[in-house]
Amino acid sequence: MILNVENTSRSFSGFLALDNVNLQVAEGEMHALIGPNGAGKTTLFNVISGLISADTGTVSFKDRELSRMKPHQIVEVGIARSFQRVNVFPRNTAFENVQVAFIARNREHFKIFAAAYGKYTQEIMELLILVGMADDASTPAGELAHGKQKQLELAVALAANPALLLLDEPTAGMSIAETMSSIELIRDIVKGRNLTLLFTEHDMTVVFEIADRVSVLHHGQIIATGDGETVRNDPEVRRVYLGTEESES
Amino acid sequence: MRPRGGVQWTLFGLFLVALVPVVGERYYVDLTTQILIYALFALSLNILVGYCGNLSFGHAAFFAIGGYACVILTTTYEVTLIISLGLSVLISAVAAAAIGYVCVRLAAMHFAMLTLAFSMLVWSIAIKWTPVTGGDDGFVGATLPDLISNPVSFFYFALLIFSTGLILLRVICTSTFGRAMIAIRENETRATFMGMDVRKIRLQAFTIAGAFAGLAGALLGLYNRGMYPESAFWTESGQVLIMVLLGGMHSFIGPVLGAAALYILETMINQYTEYWQIVLGVILLGVVLIAPDGLAGLLSGFRKRKDDSVTGVDSE
Repeated sequence: MILNVENTSRSFSGFLALDNVNLQVAEGEMHALIGPNGAGKTTLFNVISGLISADTGTVSFKDRELSRMKPHQIVEVGIARSFQRVNVFPRNTAFENVQVAFIARNREHFKIFAAAYGKYTQEIMELLILVGMADDASTPAGELAHGKQKQLELAVALAANPALLLLDEPTAGMSIAETMSSIELIRDIVKGRNLTLLFTEHDMTVVFEIADRVSVLHHGQIIATGDGETVRNDPEVRRVYLGTEESES
Repeated sequence: MRPRGGVQWTLFGLFLVALVPVVGERYYVDLTTQILIYALFALSLNILVGYCGNLSFGHAAFFAIGGYACVILTTTYEVTLIISLGLSVLISAVAAAAIGYVCVRLAAMHFAMLTLAFSMLVWSIAIKWTPVTGGDDGFVGATLPDLISNPVSFFYFALLIFSTGLILLRVICTSTFGRAMIAIRENETRATFMGMDVRKIRLQAFTIAGAFAGLAGALLGLYNRGMYPESAFWTESGQVLIMVLLGGMHSFIGPVLGAAALYILETMINQYTEYWQIVLGVILLGVVLIAPDGLAGLLSGFRKRKDDSVTGVDSE
């Protein structure tokens, strides 16, 4: 198991957002985390990536304990994340957005005499081409269409050279066509680069299409884990989530 | 993000400034020297405010520390000028690192208030530590080497130091570290999740800003042949902040324009009225409302934007 979340709980002023969560993600798999709004998906992402700390339990990645690490240290050990709401540098170009990520990855953000201009041009363009944004390199990120911004986020996350990619709602706000092409892109990249993917997704078609395994989070608890078929037919999951077809945005 | 034709313009500007003693009277030489000193001070503050996005209300602390250190070293301890200058910068940097270590733990307004508190601490030390600093009366009668003891030679000395500082700061701002500062200013969370230790980067910015403020302060001490507690007072921090805002914090060269504009306006307006502060208030109001990017923003508005620069701060 590349990622191992054990007995993790977290509450916010009395509200139990994560209730004794256990989640194992195997190396190389595409693991979907689904559940209704407010089930704790983003909280779990925030705990894994170090944005918030858990009250109890442990999170380990490649047998390294993450709980005491700072977010930037967690990135260094190989976990990169995207955000549900687009989180880029809006006034900087797409090129510059990815460039900063490369600077950070190569630990050059303290170097005061290393000229930034033109740095990593080739690597940056390769990544932008990979996510289908070659023509948008010099467009300010804030002026890109929503779908493109999501792809830029993906490029930024990939620039950190992660082993585990955490994508929070990678297709949120996309049209059906965009969602399909975007999800294929993610699959190709994850498989092509031998990455492990943990993602949240509201579109069940997407989830059952690409996920190797699915975990269902409900009221802060994992109520089911397994391959798509198992989870889809799980009576408890049908009762609390799939059956009612709650729409998430 | 491409460094544009700024280099030629800057060299041209420095060349024009170098002509001041040739064409101007002593009065203008003095005025320009003061502008150069404050322009360097304002440039150093803009590392924090414009690049890193950290508003400091106490930057005068390092200006004063550098100034006191330099005059005390050259006069009390008779250290040679160059070594004194170097040590002043070093002492300011160490002080900034120590104070910054505490300040960068806080965000936004709390950061600003803590820098203010530390600068007032420096001010009270300057006043109370009479045997070393001269206390209330200031440290007077600093000695200068003969080479720079007349106004014109001191002017060229100040211009040399200013140009060196300008170039170094330009290199720093266009470095990978400069890019990291901008990233933090734009979106601290995203920068963190790219793997940056935001706190350390802010501390490094704070230290560099303090070091260059110290260099400017050292120049002031030499220029005035002494140092006074007012240089650490909050009004001094406020004035340099005004220079940055007036000139434009989203431009590298903006603070230089701001320092020049403030000095020239003050001189001009003082001839007509003693209520300079009121006029300044009106001007600042105008800048904030009409030209939030300051004089540099107005200037670059006149020139057609040539490339894809949107990082603001890198547009010269």
